[in-house]
Amino acid sequence: MLSDTIAAVSTALGEGGIAIIRVSGPQAITQVTPLFRSRISLADAESHTVHYGHIISPVDGEKMEEVLVTVMKGPRSFTTEDVVEISAHGGIISVRRVMDLLLQQEIRLAEPGEFTKRAFLGGRIDLSQAEAVIDLIRSKSDRAFSVALKQVSGSLSEQIHILRHSLIEMLAHIEVNIDYPEHDVESVTAEFIKDKSTEVMEGINKLLKTSNEGKILREGITTAIIGRPNVGKSSLLNALARDNKAIVTDIPGTTRDVIEEYVTINNIPLKLLDTAGIRDTMDVVEKIGVERSRAAVVDADLILLVLNSNDELHADELALMEQFKGRQCICLMNKMDLPSKVDKETLLSFFEESSIVPMSILEEKGLDKLEEAISTLFFGGKLESGDLTYVSNVRHIALLKKAYRSLMDAYEAAELHVPIDLIQIDVRLAWEQLGEIIGDTAADSLLDQIFSQFCLGK
Amino acid sequence: MSYDGGSYDVIVIGAGHAGCEAALASARMGCSTLMITINLDMVAFMPCNPSIGGPAKGHVVREIDALGGEMGRNIDKTFIQLRMLNTGKGPAVHALRAQADKFQYQHAMKETMEKTPKLTLRQGMVERLIVEDGHCVGVITKTGTSYRSKSVILTTGTYLRGKVIMGELAYESGPNNQQPSIKLSEHLRELGFELVRFKTGTPPRVHKDTIDFSKTEIQPGDNKPKFFSFETKSSQNEQLPCWLTYTSEVTHQIINDNLHRAPMFTGIIEGTGPRYCPSIEDKVVRFSDKSKHQIFLEPEGKNTSEYYVQGLSTSLPEDVQLAVLRSIPGMEKVEMMRNGYAIEYDAMVPTQLWPSLETKRLPGLFTAGQINGTSGYEEAAGQGVMAGINAARKVQDKEPIVLDRSQGYIGVLIDDLVTKGTNEPYRLLTSRAEYRLLLRHDNADLRLTPIGHEIGLIPQQRYETFLEKKELVEREIARLQETKVKPVEVNELLAQYESAPIVDGSNLLTLMRRPELTYSFVDQLSPSAENLDEDMKEQVEIQIKYAGYIEKQLQHVEKLQKMEKKKIPDGINYYEIHGLAIEARQKLTKIVPISIGQASRISGVTPADISILLVHLEHYNRVTAARG
Repeated sequence: MLSDTIAAVSTALGEGGIAIIRVSGPQAITQVTPLFRSRISLADAESHTVHYGHIISPVDGEKMEEVLVTVMKGPRSFTTEDVVEISAHGGIISVRRVMDLLLQQEIRLAEPGEFTKRAFLGGRIDLSQAEAVIDLIRSKSDRAFSVALKQVSGSLSEQIHILRHSLIEMLAHIEVNIDYPEHDVESVTAEFIKDKSTEVMEGINKLLKTSNEGKILREGITTAIIGRPNVGKSSLLNALARDNKAIVTDIPGTTRDVIEEYVTINNIPLKLLDTAGIRDTMDVVEKIGVERSRAAVVDADLILLVLNSNDELHADELALMEQFKGRQCICLMNKMDLPSKVDKETLLSFFEESSIVPMSILEEKGLDKLEEAISTLFFGGKLESGDLTYVSNVRHIALLKKAYRSLMDAYEAAELHVPIDLIQIDVRLAWEQLGEIIGDTAADSLLDQIFSQFCLGK
Repeated sequence: MSYDGGSYDVIVIGAGHAGCEAALASARMGCSTLMITINLDMVAFMPCNPSIGGPAKGHVVREIDALGGEMGRNIDKTFIQLRMLNTGKGPAVHALRAQADKFQYQHAMKETMEKTPKLTLRQGMVERLIVEDGHCVGVITKTGTSYRSKSVILTTGTYLRGKVIMGELAYESGPNNQQPSIKLSEHLRELGFELVRFKTGTPPRVHKDTIDFSKTEIQPGDNKPKFFSFETKSSQNEQLPCWLTYTSEVTHQIINDNLHRAPMFTGIIEGTGPRYCPSIEDKVVRFSDKSKHQIFLEPEGKNTSEYYVQGLSTSLPEDVQLAVLRSIPGMEKVEMMRNGYAIEYDAMVPTQLWPSLETKRLPGLFTAGQINGTSGYEEAAGQGVMAGINAARKVQDKEPIVLDRSQGYIGVLIDDLVTKGTNEPYRLLTSRAEYRLLLRHDNADLRLTPIGHEIGLIPQQRYETFLEKKELVEREIARLQETKVKPVEVNELLAQYESAPIVDGSNLLTLMRRPELTYSFVDQLSPSAENLDEDMKEQVEIQIKYAGYIEKQLQHVEKLQKMEKKKIPDGINYYEIHGLAIEARQKLTKIVPISIGQASRISGVTPADISILLVHLEHYNRVTAARG
């Protein structure tokens, strides 16, 4: 972990402007060189020079992205290591393409705060900043951890578990053959290895296929739509998504769960979460919905608080406003077609004028104002995506591809009749790579598998 | 009453496989050494299977030998069978296993020890340690003798509060009806050590003349055996075969009918047993779909009729044991000479140890072998040699020797124990090693002889022979690379090996990478002018053939070693380090890792915690440097 080469997008996520991808570590230059086509090879570039060229696929040389690449050799760089910075067009697709290629090299995704940590360890950052560096690592890691956990729960993690289970059975079989050579267990044959690895490779392929369609995990600025029941939250979602995903009725408490929708507003990707109306309720099912709503709010990058301007401010709403102090929040005054009963002074004590948007969702009035308010926050740099979904996506895809390649190596080795203890190295690697996706690389489970699957002893 | 028994540099308690290696290492490093054991007839006794080696374990024996230990030489003197296992697999997992003449093994070891200068053997039961100023400075025996020393090594095996269990019967005892050590166990608790209760077992022994070998399969040794020690070049030992038979359906019926009398299931056994070494009753219950289990019949020596029944470890009552034995083909009329039994004993929680095997709580006290929660003679001996080395180095005021996970199975074993602990008797398996391909048995000498020499356990002459071998291998690899060959010169011979012809010029090293080409190909085409023996040729072949895989693992090792080299200074208060997670604080405080590498292997310590620790250390180092 001290000597490997790392990469991450170092600018905020968005469709506009330029995105900078930073690569740092002893192999930064050598690993980027085969991906970059320019007038000169990156390996020959002098330190602190900028080069125009293209990121290409190392397989077929196809041009993927038009970029500017800056080379800074250590120790004269931020991290004091060799650093390569790639400036690409800021769109998600283009950034993902570049990251995807980088992570296929001997480069891994940086841990939260890792560049800063390296800068500190390299003596770049003042001693007085040690505590701040630690805080950065801690807070980002905790957040990354909670996001990562959330994201891999569900179907992806289930798929990965199934694939890993096949691999661990295969590994247990190999290990028993090695460690208990005289036991009457079935010998591991080349055919066995080829069959098993093919099976898992097919599974990985299926996952990768969905990932190409961008569906492993979708990304965007997590935006929670929140408010009391029946103020028009689902209507807003529908208006924004121009879709009828959420059930819209006029019975308070209809939306009993968190509904997700992905939209792009002025090229800003949003992941909209429609939540159940927040109110005290006796209904058990609704109560669960309310709990989920509150949880969704905690992790959101942006909050859209919907109020009914035809109603006086409710205690629940005041409590919410209090809770959102210091967060990025836009207050939507719905039902502006009706007379306003909301006390403007109170609102202004919580929100800036520009963050209060009057609208009528029913008549689709004021949506443009909302979009403008979101843009202002985003491009004004106030709204930063803490959304790590995007990052995990790139990471997951890279790991899936690496696991696939490891199994291909195992398959080919089996065909050449390479001894099983060597093939094991690649199978094990694939198992670990898949494990990294779900944060599980503990080796102990292999021994558990061996002893539960086989009867061994003296 | 107590009287002064004298003082020594190092005292070793126990004379099993750990104790013998520890005492020999210490004495050979120049420390006056006393070895005390309950019964001097039990030196290097094998209470269970009469064999040494196998995957991972055989590797450890070679590592012990390369470090200047005794186990390899001793088994080479006293084997009655040698077999190389896993020959159909890669070179890293080829594993040598020997059947021992268990009596000769003991006698040979005792003789070596008796002839070792600076080593004193003494019969006695240690009941207390002498503790002064928080240091362990000696021992007191049951007879009241006090011996003083600078270091003490505890190798108590299964004797600590040992309890033998068989059917409804349970009694305090060491293995094979030896006296158990009760008071020492209580004393360790008083000193604040955390002990756990483990269990192991052994099968019955039967009389050879009552076995019908015609109903079993013969398992002979190798015709041209290899040896454990790098010093052994040949042997005149005659080999005896082992025999293979299987349990029958009747066997399983008898066991199932008597489960209500099996201590494993009645709750009499409290200790945790090893999963990899279950009793026959456990196997029959857990794997009820298996209609038969393998049973190996192994001679216990040349001058005895006792046979060890491998695969039938049991704590069933004696009458059931006999019925079970007689239900096995070839043993219908067998006579049981000793019954099998389970044994429970106290062991140390090994996370109380530094990687040097010195206890954290009581400086000067080292522990090695089964007391540290392991099982197996080889695992014990491996720890014994390290504890002996480090206890002696402590006396000599030198830094301890710690092998890392890329240097040897001994390193893997000790690191696992002191970093992760164990909740069952720990057995080495090759799968526990991350760098299996580097930890081969054929290169144990290359890996560890330089260390053995540096610490003074490998004599100069042997070291020179070693250097010569190493150089010859390197020179030969270079020669093969430099030897260019043209298609006309080799294609005919390649065809004989069913290997594809070459089109352009090549060199011998490139050709040797082909799986179908062995060293005999080189011998036919362009033999070396040097006198290369079979081992050297094997070494050349392995290093060339597996270079790609070896290189990959070496890259990982480089990273590992960087982490191992980041030492954590003494006296860090983890509760004062800002930002560490609570779980990390607790675990780090308990384990007290010596390096970032070790810290990163503690379960519950996350990469973020390690990052924070690195930042803290950098801060600490800069502040310390600034203060000068």
